Amino acid sequence: MTELKTATDQMVHPELASIEIDGQERSDFLMKGALAAGAIFGLGAISPFVRNAVAASDQGDIEILNYALTLEFLESAFYKEGLKRAGASGALKELITTISTDEDAHVAALTQTIKDLGGKPVKAPKVKFEYADTAAFTALAQTLEDTGVSAYNGVAPEIKSKDVLAAAGSIVQVEARHAAAIRLQNGDSPSPDAFDPTLSQEEVLKAVQPFLVK
Amino acid sequence: MPEVEDKEEASAIEKMQSSGVSRRKLMSMAGGSVALGAFLAACGGDDDNSSTSSSGSTGSNGSSSSPMGEDNSTAMFGEGDLGILNYALTLEYLETAFYADVIKSGLFKGSDLEAIKLFGSQEADHVVALTDAVKGAGGKPAPKPKTEFPLNNAQQVLKLASTVENLGAAAYLGQAPRIKSPEVLAAALSIHSVEARHAAALNTLLGKTIVPDGPFAKPAEAGMVLNAVQPFIV
Repeated sequence: MTELKTATDQMVHPELASIEIDGQERSDFLMKGALAAGAIFGLGAISPFVRNAVAASDQGDIEILNYALTLEFLESAFYKEGLKRAGASGALKELITTISTDEDAHVAALTQTIKDLGGKPVKAPKVKFEYADTAAFTALAQTLEDTGVSAYNGVAPEIKSKDVLAAAGSIVQVEARHAAAIRLQNGDSPSPDAFDPTLSQEEVLKAVQPFLVK
Repeated sequence: MPEVEDKEEASAIEKMQSSGVSRRKLMSMAGGSVALGAFLAACGGDDDNSSTSSSGSTGSNGSSSSPMGEDNSTAMFGEGDLGILNYALTLEYLETAFYADVIKSGLFKGSDLEAIKLFGSQEADHVVALTDAVKGAGGKPAPKPKTEFPLNNAQQVLKLASTVENLGAAAYLGQAPRIKSPEVLAAALSIHSVEARHAAALNTLLGKTIVPDGPFAKPAEAGMVLNAVQPFIV
């Protein structure tokens, strides 16, 4: 086993330097265990590697992760509330439950990843969603999921770390799955475009502004 | 690893495998890159060398010891981003051909048929875009493979479609971190999420979970993906 050799003064968490990691290429590591483990995306175990790559421009990636975290907080709150008051039943309720679980997991993973990178995760924003009935809820869900896909796809090329990119890709795929399923519930096409459009951060934040309570 | 759930599909795949479909054949279609000859030589030339891990759809626990080299390599399709684009193009050709065959089969009608037509047309759009991207990058687009898919009944076909789309999404996810150009990455991601939409829609039709991997989708390596689609290339 190869002992990690990195100047501890470059580390935000030098105590992690003592973690021995098998001498593997990062790409192998990523492909092997980190993702399969699922829950926190395994980035905790490879923090020292990530730290080195991130030294160059970690602020950018941390900001992007916090942007993603904000959106996930929004979705998480939306579905948690929806399970209580959207009036869904049967297959739709099952779907909302699945999505809610996923968004919660995204919040947890992004929060942890930001911490592992030495950043400060944003807090859950105060939110307000207005929908009079189940149909209005699912219409709003469709907007949120489609916006999420466009947000991740829009910002992903700016991500510096390959590990963070892999994490974002893993999450956006799930958001796209959510979007398709919700669209089917709404009687809409699961895939309106052959190429999913992107949105800039400005456009996304403008789109979700109505749900943020000042 | 895509699981063959349907007995009929399993025996159809076995039939095709016994008809001599080999990885060499797949490689020989891979755009004739200079690397191909060296690649085949290193592999010993045929698919009996493949040591793809069987531990699920992710993981390359044999990658460093595989005679095929890195299990996520797309070198047989070209260098760097070009290779990745041609790999993606090959998969999109397969999907397009699959949906065309399914439409011709007459097995579907109504809203199921509409969904299949939609997905097929979007895969065809992906073929065009990826072909243009390869040419734009000064490369030679991978050739359209000759394919044959088992189409026995509607349920079996939906399962196969689900397998293919879920695999396609995982394949794009597996390549994303390897892409160098931000423009190519943006294009790949815009297609990746569409494959995910297709997969989720098909899973919904089948009464399966829309998120088979849970909250975090798993990437698939090129080696595994190519082995999985090999039975359909004739």
